[in-house]
Amino acid sequence: MDDLLLEFLTETNEHLETVDVEMVRFEQDPNNQAILSNIFRLVHTIKGTCGFLGLPRLEALAHAAETLMGKFRDGMPVTTPAVSLILTTLDRIKDILGELERHGTEPQGDDNDLIEALDAMSSGQGLAPEPVAAPVAPHTVGTLVHQVLERELKPGEVSLDELERAFQAAPGPDEDKASGTLVFQVLERALKPGEVSLDELERAFRDAPGPDAPAPAKPAEVSAAPKASTPPKAPKKESETSEQAEGGEGVAGKVQTIRVNVDTLEHLMTMVSELVLTRNQLLEIARRNAEDYGYKVPLQRLSQVTAELQDGVMKTRMQPIGNAWQKLPRVVRDLSNELSKQIDLVMQGADTELDRQVLEVIKDPLTHMVRNSADHGIESPADRRAAGKPEKGTIRLNAYHEGGSITIEISDDGKGLNYNAIRKKAIERGIATDSELERMSDAQIAKFIFHPGFSTAAAITSVSGRGVGMDVVKTNIELIGGTVDIRSETGRGTIFTIKIPLTLAIVAALIVSSKDLRFAIPQVAVSELVRVSPTSEHSIERINGTPILRLRDRLLPIVPLSKVMRLSADEDVDTGFVVVTQVAQQRFGILVDGVFHTEEIVVKPMSSKLRHIQLFSGNTILGDGAVVLIVDPNGLARMVGSGSQDDQFQTETSLDQAIAAAEELTSLLVFRGGGETLKAVPLSLVTRLEEIEASTIEWASGRPVVQYRGRLMPIVSCDDELEVRRQGMQSLLVFSDGEIAMGLAVAEIVDIVEERLDVELLAERSDLVGTAVVRGRTTEIVNIAHYLPLVLETWSRSDQKSKQGSTLLLVDGSNFFRDMLVPVLRASGYRVQTAATAQDAARLLSSGLQPDFIVTDLELPGHSSFAFIATLRADAQYRTTPIVGLTLKPDPQLLALSRRFKITDVVSKVDRRGLLAALAELGGSLEEAA
Amino acid sequence: MNAINTVSFETAKAFSREMEFITVSVANQLLGLPINRVHDVFVVSEMTKVPLSQSEIAGLLNLRGRVVTAVSLRSRLGLSENERTGRRMAVGLENQGEAYGLLVDEVGEVLKLDPEEMQPNPVHMDRRWVSLSQGVHQLHEQLMIVLDVDAVLAFGAEREAA
Repeated sequence: MDDLLLEFLTETNEHLETVDVEMVRFEQDPNNQAILSNIFRLVHTIKGTCGFLGLPRLEALAHAAETLMGKFRDGMPVTTPAVSLILTTLDRIKDILGELERHGTEPQGDDNDLIEALDAMSSGQGLAPEPVAAPVAPHTVGTLVHQVLERELKPGEVSLDELERAFQAAPGPDEDKASGTLVFQVLERALKPGEVSLDELERAFRDAPGPDAPAPAKPAEVSAAPKASTPPKAPKKESETSEQAEGGEGVAGKVQTIRVNVDTLEHLMTMVSELVLTRNQLLEIARRNAEDYGYKVPLQRLSQVTAELQDGVMKTRMQPIGNAWQKLPRVVRDLSNELSKQIDLVMQGADTELDRQVLEVIKDPLTHMVRNSADHGIESPADRRAAGKPEKGTIRLNAYHEGGSITIEISDDGKGLNYNAIRKKAIERGIATDSELERMSDAQIAKFIFHPGFSTAAAITSVSGRGVGMDVVKTNIELIGGTVDIRSETGRGTIFTIKIPLTLAIVAALIVSSKDLRFAIPQVAVSELVRVSPTSEHSIERINGTPILRLRDRLLPIVPLSKVMRLSADEDVDTGFVVVTQVAQQRFGILVDGVFHTEEIVVKPMSSKLRHIQLFSGNTILGDGAVVLIVDPNGLARMVGSGSQDDQFQTETSLDQAIAAAEELTSLLVFRGGGETLKAVPLSLVTRLEEIEASTIEWASGRPVVQYRGRLMPIVSCDDELEVRRQGMQSLLVFSDGEIAMGLAVAEIVDIVEERLDVELLAERSDLVGTAVVRGRTTEIVNIAHYLPLVLETWSRSDQKSKQGSTLLLVDGSNFFRDMLVPVLRASGYRVQTAATAQDAARLLSSGLQPDFIVTDLELPGHSSFAFIATLRADAQYRTTPIVGLTLKPDPQLLALSRRFKITDVVSKVDRRGLLAALAELGGSLEEAA
Repeated sequence: MNAINTVSFETAKAFSREMEFITVSVANQLLGLPINRVHDVFVVSEMTKVPLSQSEIAGLLNLRGRVVTAVSLRSRLGLSENERTGRRMAVGLENQGEAYGLLVDEVGEVLKLDPEEMQPNPVHMDRRWVSLSQGVHQLHEQLMIVLDVDAVLAFGAEREAA
C-alpha cells in the first residue's frame, strides 16, 4: 500500500478516536464551543484528506456529518438522536477504513441511508438548508481558462493553454510549498509575448511540485504574456495553509511528539536487551578477576549508562492506560441509551503507563468488564430511586502503580452481585452442591462468575448475559501473569481489581540447576525455597512412589525437575532444593539440585521447532553467556497435573470444590477400600450410606447392579483391589447426580470426621483428588467424578440395542465442509447430526441428542467453539464425550488452547482420513474403557 | 529495450554458470551448501541441551548474543552422533527469520561449480538422503552432495501438528 494512504489511515483512525470521545463529551455539554470546533475541525480534516486521496464514499459521509455539525455550531439544539446518528456515521467510516486498510481500495457500497438521515437531520429542524458548509474540495479543480494568442506559434513554441495544462497535470510530491528554484536561462533572442523557451519548459515540468503548487508557474508567467491569468488555485491554497496553521497552533501547546514505527522500537528494545546481556557478561568477568587493570571504573559507568538506556527504551514502549480506555465513554454512552439507564463514567489515573504489549492484552477484557458493569451492575433509574440512590449510576475506573505491578479497579455503585442467584446457578450447573455452598463465604461464591458459561442474567441481552466472557477475561489476564479479584456488596456495588505486571519483556528469574543443566524459573511463581535431605528437618517422603514433602503440616507434591525433563532415570532423588511454586490454585514443589541466584533476564521466544514443548516458555542468555531455558510453571503444572489429559478437568473441578471448602471444617466420610490406606470423601457428596445383602446384587453382563428404590443402580468398586462381594453384607456409598445413582462398594466404613480439609496433592491418578492429613493419618481423598462416567458408560452401552454405528454431532459453520464430511462419515458407519453454529449444537443436545462423538470446527465465529466446548466439559454428561476439533491450521497456540479445553483430538480440516482414524481410535478406546 | 534484456539475461547465465558452495563433511561424506544461504561458519563452544526436544536438535547456542538453534546434520542424515570430542563446527543458516546452526564434522573450502554438471541423485540412494539432496557433483577425488537447505531445516513441523 501507498505510504500516503497508510499515513492517512493511521492519522484518520486517531482523529476518529478523538472525535468519538469528544462527541460524547459534547452531548453532555452542548454549549461548549471549544469541543464543537475541535470536532468540526477534525471531521473537516478527514473529509479534506479523503477528497484529496480520491475516496468518494468517505468524503461524502464525512461531508454530511460535517454539515450537521455545522448546524450545531449555528445554534441548532443538540439532541441524542442527532449525536447517535453522527456516531453511527463515524462507525461506518471506521468500517470503510478497515476495508481500505485490508484491500487498499474503498469497498463497494452505498451510504445513502446515512447521508439522507444526516441531511434530513440537518434540514429537518425547521432551519433553511444552508449551503453546505465549506464545500472546499481540496482536490485541485483548476478550471482551464482558454487563452488566445494573437499570433501563430513558432516551432518550439507551446501554446499557453498547453503550458497551463501541463503544469496542472505534472505529477509531483504533494508538498504545500513549491521549492523549485528556477535559474533564469539566457535566451538568444528576446521572448515574444506568449513564448516560452523549450529549455525552461522542460525544467518547469521537472520541478513542478504538483497541481497544488502555483509557484513554478511564475517564471512561465514572467516570460509569458502579462495578461495570462493567474491559476485559480492560488487563493484556495492560501485558505488551506491558514487552516493548517490554525491546527498547528493547537498542537503547539502540547508535548512535542514524533511517530515512530513500532518495529523500530522493538528492534531498539532487542538491541538494548543485547547490551544488557553483554554488560552482564563483562561484569561477570570483572567479578572473576580480582586484579583491576583500570577498566573497573569505566565498566561501572557503562553499567550505569546501560541501565539508564534500558529504562529510557522501556519508557518508549510504555503507553498511558488511557489509550485502552479511549473507547469506553462511547461504549457507556451507547449502552446507557440502549438500556435506558443513566451512567456516569469516571476515569482516574488514565496517565498510568504500562507496556504496550500488556496494554493490548487487557484492552478487550476491560471493555468487557465495563459493559458488564453497565448491563448487570447499574440498575434502572426507577430501581435506583426506590433504593434511595441517585438516579445516575457511576462506573469508576481507577489505575495506579503498586509495587512492580499495576492495579486497575473497575467499580460500580449498582446492585452488586446476587449471591443467591449465583448459588442457585452453581447448583443447577452442578459446579457445587448445596451443602458445600452453605459453607462458602460470599467472596468464594463471587468467584463462580469466572466459571466458563456462567451467567445469572435472566434474559440474554445484546450486551451480555450469554455467560461467555468473565472466564475469558480471567484467562486473558492470567495469561500475562495478572490476577482478577472481585468484591461485591449487595445493593452497594461491585469492585473488580485487576493486577498486572508492568512489562513482559524483562522478568526476574531464579536460576536453578538440575543434573548439569541450568534453568530459569520466573520469580513470580516462586513462593519459597526449602533445602531437603534425608537427614534434615525436611525430607522427602513417598506415597506409592510419588514424592511428597511435609511443609508446615501440609503436603506438598514434589516434581523432580530431572524426572519431568527426562534427564535421569534415577527417580529417587532426595537431596537438593525444593522450589515451592504456586500456579493459580495449584501448589507444588520443584525439586532441583542447586539454586544459584536471581537474575533479571530478557525473555527470548523459543525457536519454532521447540515451541511445542510446553515445559518451556522461552530462553535467555545469562550474564556468563550461557543460554538457559525458562521453565514455564503453568506448563509444568499441566504436565504433572494428572496422568491423562481427560481426567484433568475432573480433578481440577473437584479440587476447586475442595479448596473452596478448605478454609472451614469439612465433614469427611472415612472408609477403607481394598488396601490398607484410608480413603475419604466429603460427606456432603454422599447421598446415603447403605449396607445390603450381597445376594441381592445381580450381575448383568458381568457388571454388578442392585435394585434400589425401584431402579437398577450400578455398583462400582472403589479400587481395583476390592472386589464386590458375592456373599455377606456389602457396604455401599450411594451417590446420586440427578436421575443417576451409583453405589460405591467399599470394604468398611471407618468414621465420619470433621477436619480442615487441606488437599495437598494432585496425585497422578484420576480416581483421587489428592491426599490429606485426616486425624493425623495420611488419607486419600477420592474423586467421585472419576466413577460417575464409568457408570454412565455402562448405561449408555446397555441402551444401545444394536451396535449399528455411533452417533456423531458435527458442528461446522461452512456448508461446504458439512456437505463434504457428512457422506464420508456416513459411509464409515456413523449416524451424523449436523449443526451450523454452537447455538444450534447446544439446542440439539438439549433436545435429547446423545452423541458418542462431537466433531466441531474450532474456528466457529466469535470464538464460540471454545465457549461451547467449555460448557460441554463443565456438564457431567459430556465431560468425557470425545470431542474432535477441526481446524484449518493447527498452530501450537491453538493446540495449547485445545489441551486446556480438554479437546480430545485436533485434526486438520482437510485431512479426512486423519479424522476417520482419530474417530476409530477414540471409538476403540471407548469400548476398551467400557 | 530488447537489446538490454538480452544482455542482462546473458550475464545472469554467465553468473549461474558458476555456483559457489561451502563444503562440509559428515562421516567422511562431502556435502555442499549454496554459499548464498550460509551466514557464517563458527566453532561451537558451549551448547545448552534442550530436554524433551526432537533428536535432530542438538541444543541452543549463544552466537554473539543471539540464541541459535543447533541442528545436527548427522541426525538429519540418520547417522549416529559423533562421539569424538574436540572442536565442533557449525554453519550458520537462516530460515524464516530464525537462526540455525548446522552441526557438521568439518568445514572445508569454497568451491565454484557449474550447476549444469550436477547429476541427479542415484536411484538407490537412501530415501532420507534423497529428501535432503538436490543432486551430486562429481569432483576429482570424491562425490559432493548438494544439500537442500530448506529441506534440512524442515523437520519437526509434522510432529508439532500431530
